Amino acid sequence: MKVLVCVKRVPAPGAKINIAADGQAVDTAYLAFTTSPHEECAVEAAVQLVEQHGGESTVLTLGPAEADEQLRYAASIGVNKAVLLPIDVADWDPQRTAAAITGAIRDLESAGGAFDLILFGNESADSGNFQVGVRVSHALDRPMVNGIKGIELQGDSVRAKRESEAGIEVYSVPTPCVLGVKEGINLPRYPTLKGRLASKKVEVGQVVPQGEAGGQQMVMLLQAAEQVSQTIMLGTGPEAAPAVVDLLEELGLLK
Amino acid sequence: MSEVPAKAKVVVIGAGIVGNCLVGHLAQMGWTDMVLIDKGPLPNPGGSTGHASNFIFPTDHNKEMAFLTVDSQNQYIAHGLNNTCGGIEVAREPQRLEEFKRRMTSAKAWGIDASLVTPAEIKEMVPFINEEILLGGYYTPSVSVVDSLATGTKMRESAVAAGVLQVFANTEVFDIETEDVPGGLPRVSAVLTDKGRIEADHVVIACGVWSPRIAAMAGANIPLTPAVHQMADVGPIDVLVESNKELAYPIIRDMDTFCYERQSAGSMEVGSYAHRAILMRPDDIPSNEASALTPTELPLTYDDFDPQMEQAIELMEMLGDAEIKYAINGLLSLTPDANPVLGETVEVRNLWSAAAVWIKEGPGIAQLVAEWMTYGYPHMCDPHGSDIARFYPHEKTEWHINARCNEHFNKTYGIVHPREQWGSQRGMRRSPFYLREEALGATFFDARGWERPQWYSSNEKLMAKFADACQPRTHEWDARWWNPVTNAEHLQMRESVGMVDLTAFNEFDFEGPKAMEFLQWVCVNNVDVAVGRSVYTPLLTEHGGFRGDLTIQRLGQHHYRVITGAFDGGRDNYWFNKCLEQFNAQQGLGSCTFTDRSQAYCTIGVWGPNAAATMAKITTDHTTAAYDVSQDGFPYGAVREVIINGVPCTMFRISYVGENGWEIYTRMEHGLQLWDAIWAAGQEFEIIPVGIGVYAVTGRIEKGYRLMGAELESEYSPVEAGLARPKVKSADFIGKASYLKAREETPAAVMCTLSMDSQRCADGYDRFPTGGNEPILTLSGDRIVDAKGRVSRVTTAGAGPSVGKYLLLAYLPPEHAVEGTKLQVMYMNETYPVTVERASATPLFDPTDARMKS
Amino acid sequence: MSVLVVIEHDRGALSAASLEALAAARSIDAEVHALTLGIAADGLAAEVGAHGAAVVHQVHHDVLSDFGPEAWGECVAQAVRALAPSAVLACGTERGNEVMAQAAARLDLPFVANCNEITVGEVWNIVRVRWGGSLLEQCTLDATTKLVSVTHHQFEAAEAPATGAAQSLSLELTSSLARTVVSDRVERAAGVTLATAPLVVGGGRGVGSAEAFAPLEELAGLLGGVVGCSRAVTNNGWRNHTDQVGQTGTRIAPDLYMACGISGAIQHWVGAMASKKILAINLDTEANMVTKADYAVIGDLHKVIPAITAEIQRRKSA
Repeated sequence: MKVLVCVKRVPAPGAKINIAADGQAVDTAYLAFTTSPHEECAVEAAVQLVEQHGGESTVLTLGPAEADEQLRYAASIGVNKAVLLPIDVADWDPQRTAAAITGAIRDLESAGGAFDLILFGNESADSGNFQVGVRVSHALDRPMVNGIKGIELQGDSVRAKRESEAGIEVYSVPTPCVLGVKEGINLPRYPTLKGRLASKKVEVGQVVPQGEAGGQQMVMLLQAAEQVSQTIMLGTGPEAAPAVVDLLEELGLLK
Repeated sequence: MSEVPAKAKVVVIGAGIVGNCLVGHLAQMGWTDMVLIDKGPLPNPGGSTGHASNFIFPTDHNKEMAFLTVDSQNQYIAHGLNNTCGGIEVAREPQRLEEFKRRMTSAKAWGIDASLVTPAEIKEMVPFINEEILLGGYYTPSVSVVDSLATGTKMRESAVAAGVLQVFANTEVFDIETEDVPGGLPRVSAVLTDKGRIEADHVVIACGVWSPRIAAMAGANIPLTPAVHQMADVGPIDVLVESNKELAYPIIRDMDTFCYERQSAGSMEVGSYAHRAILMRPDDIPSNEASALTPTELPLTYDDFDPQMEQAIELMEMLGDAEIKYAINGLLSLTPDANPVLGETVEVRNLWSAAAVWIKEGPGIAQLVAEWMTYGYPHMCDPHGSDIARFYPHEKTEWHINARCNEHFNKTYGIVHPREQWGSQRGMRRSPFYLREEALGATFFDARGWERPQWYSSNEKLMAKFADACQPRTHEWDARWWNPVTNAEHLQMRESVGMVDLTAFNEFDFEGPKAMEFLQWVCVNNVDVAVGRSVYTPLLTEHGGFRGDLTIQRLGQHHYRVITGAFDGGRDNYWFNKCLEQFNAQQGLGSCTFTDRSQAYCTIGVWGPNAAATMAKITTDHTTAAYDVSQDGFPYGAVREVIINGVPCTMFRISYVGENGWEIYTRMEHGLQLWDAIWAAGQEFEIIPVGIGVYAVTGRIEKGYRLMGAELESEYSPVEAGLARPKVKSADFIGKASYLKAREETPAAVMCTLSMDSQRCADGYDRFPTGGNEPILTLSGDRIVDAKGRVSRVTTAGAGPSVGKYLLLAYLPPEHAVEGTKLQVMYMNETYPVTVERASATPLFDPTDARMKS
Repeated sequence: MSVLVVIEHDRGALSAASLEALAAARSIDAEVHALTLGIAADGLAAEVGAHGAAVVHQVHHDVLSDFGPEAWGECVAQAVRALAPSAVLACGTERGNEVMAQAAARLDLPFVANCNEITVGEVWNIVRVRWGGSLLEQCTLDATTKLVSVTHHQFEAAEAPATGAAQSLSLELTSSLARTVVSDRVERAAGVTLATAPLVVGGGRGVGSAEAFAPLEELAGLLGGVVGCSRAVTNNGWRNHTDQVGQTGTRIAPDLYMACGISGAIQHWVGAMASKKILAINLDTEANMVTKADYAVIGDLHKVIPAITAEIQRRKSA
């Protein structure tokens, strides 16, 4: 089978995210970059599917030239091919991103055949627009379900699982299809030293991205209001237990 | 959350290995009312201690660092937090095997068990290593991994338990306040934190990579830079998992790729010093909050690390299939000379630096700084190489720090020659004679920024004349940073006359109504000499060890000039300043003043049998009348104001090379005029320029002259150094009580001059020890350790062209300090027979000093 | 022109989040309509009306037998065409955002997810969530019909009686939309879930092992709560990802969150910050979680938790 996984280069922040002086981006001076946690799992899922069923996996990203790092990271854990849609900013708005990725997939498919499965992360860690994968699937007229934490290949369809408050929903989606993967579907592997070194030799293909600006445009980033709370100390060690239970009573939790 | 106390005796900033151990040691030394703060959480506040690989390879060629490393390892052992696993440094290149022989020699000196191992023996200990690419190894069974966090925690908690320490984590320092002290430097007064202000008598900066930033709050300078050391944790690896131990295999240092592999339970930590130096600014280190891991665990820049990965896989193929679980650009502190930065800052009183310290030496250095704070100077060992006062102004700039750190970072595992010269930041300080010296083919060595001619190619023509003494050295190591022309310069000077550029000297002027009383108090020897006379004197610590060693000229009733060397100017400057503040506080401001005039004067040494004849031609008084430069008219030790070819000069009849002659001082701007005048006058005597190779080594060692920092250290007394005068002056002076006591006792060691009976190595050619702590051994090959635990080792080595022997200086216990005693010296892991020539300060060459005084 | 709110339900059970969307809609426009999908949702008209919907448009079709992102998205898209609302709102839940994205794709309109503040106008000025809430973004939305979701737990549901007149909305839906309708469902055992529990006992790296969660389970069971965990715990394999509280796990909003041995990394915090009260139990007084909590106990969770359990049992038996 042929699997495509789409990822986004995002910073890996600490406990506080600082904004650059111009308000347009996160201050990444001393941050590493990664792919969003959901996407790390999507990459792992792609590798596992190809390991189980044969075929070939491809990773694709729309991002700056530096996103080469994320493509090679995917390659270092076993993705076979990599495609960069280079742009000269960190990202595009979701409509434009979806258009560019749709165009690139069409190009890739017309050259090398259709992808049986296209994986996205449920949402990106930074902008969290929750829509690029959906837009791409619609443009390609392929079914898509988001929030997927289980994928089983069953002939011409995929049995995809999703958690809801009610339980585990199962979708039986005919291929070719698109799935939005959620963290928890697997524990992504780390690259091996050899994988890391081999990934340096992977040829990264390029597709010139094309898309019109959409109707959602960022003005600037803002720091969220810090939740300031005057912490009430209930005590130290096991001696604090009665005070804790008093609190539970007060909150009506002790029934 | 809790408020800090309003007052404390000492506030220690930084709860890494150093700050934690420091409060523990201070508590043991009786300190109370201490506060320890850190901006991060405990037990791991996010500094370099938290991500250290924590292993200790004890062998070091540097005595101070070797001592502190072994001492620290013993402290970790005492805490039960030392996990011994052994360690093998492996060689891929032939020159590394030579370095291993040198390491064997240092190990012997410091009493460290070590052995050379073959590739097969390495394979036996480390079955997963590719021994085929190795030439051999250096195995140290005592190599260990320590728990620095737990050790620090224990030390900190011991002080808390003793009721003498309060600890505040997550406490940010906003400012360090100082107060003005009349007639002195500002003194630290308080630490302002986000949890309140603490008035403090002492403040210690143990902030690792942040130290410069914290010091700057008080107006002080701690010259270091945060730098990246890359490491990655890779695993799991079956053979390691199956060992079921944290450390089942020796740590491997792949010396020629500047890489290490250290087991950490089921995985392997791979670290590198091979990548480009990646330096940062303290202000650019992210906050704890903004860091993905901790502020000193930055994201690995893979492109820098990839070549090391390939080399690591070459050495241990299994690493290739291991997963990279954790990989960082870890921050550590680098200093311009790779030594720690310790002691009271030179800008602010009672503000201490305990920075640029590695895990391997942390507890020892903490104890050293605690002793320094408690006793005024450390007792355990001389902190000479780590003293923060060593730096000159240009050495504390970011320019210098970055240039030197860029240069030495890759030498962390490099092979560094004892005489190795810096390539960067050269030409920072040049004497007025520089152009002439350059024209004479000088090879310049760096002396704290000064460009000093080590030898002159213009003298190569003399090598034929002194052919026997100018034989090349067979082994490249012995010949490195050395030239046989030095011996020709030596002999020509002894035969006729030579001139030496001594501009790197420091000149300190002391003036005022009580200048004499001040210097009496600081110096061992009596400075109350006639105007125009001079004094050579040690300066002591309260403990009676050497704090300094210098000469003093009495230029007027209330005017003294201290002359001290380039390598100790900063430390001496600091010490005089500190003592003077104390003196003036008691005696009244203005009792004595101190002016550093080093930048005002240049100096030429003119020495040799024809020195007097040369100078007689051009030396006059103010009336152009010839000046009497004869021994009778201008005796040894006299200081005179003269005119040399129109240039006002101070002539000082003295010698460090054992010849008749002078140190001649003039103002910088007259320098070239003076040089040219002496040069012209000396032509009829075939005057030559003489390099520091003669001044500092061959000339000096023939005369057995001791050098501060080599023979003279705080661990030794003037009695042991052979520098005790027959009488002790009546005036009180620093260290007098200890000095008097030492004079009563049999010295535990005596400074001796030894000669090599044979320099022939096993390969059939002569070797030339460099004077890098080569151990002196008994005939049965045992180390010699004196009653105070100090090892006998070579402090200076060099040719004695005039005595026809290769000479060594070393302290020996009294039973061996007997002229004629046969011993051995180890050099490059081979032993050579030596004979004790002198067991006192009596020179081997011209024992009665007739040449200097006739 | 009105604002249309997409009502989220699970087989007829109303999602409380939709009431938040209704509240948000009322702050935008006086006229609020609602859209319910499937016969099972017909019964919701009264409650939706009580929260401010003047009209409840009800769509019936076989393909709406259960949730299906494409079917639901197609319904919203067609409703927009049919009703021409000025804006469509949903709550930014997993389903809410997915359905809005499907609708936006079909309408070729922009969609702004997880909005905290909306200033209406020709072009809307919006403050929305980034990084799961640790950063905000100010953005503009320029579209003929504004499609947005509001951040869950950002707007407070409130009653605002309106007619809630049910109107059937007839749409053309193709059966092919069934390809992404839930085909099977494994029901969760009865009981509270992480997302809805009134009390969550969370454990972090400080718990130390999978086995060491037992006292947390016991305490949660005693109080009718559930156990949650941090990402570090999931990554160590101590607990299933289902229990993970955080940006990439579950967002919780209990009456009390007891965070035990959790340092409070941003990943975790954004999942827990909607909790009404937080009690941190930690060794470190300066842990992020402690400073951000309403209450704290400083101590070893392995000793504190059993003591709390014992105290509860003592009071219950007394």
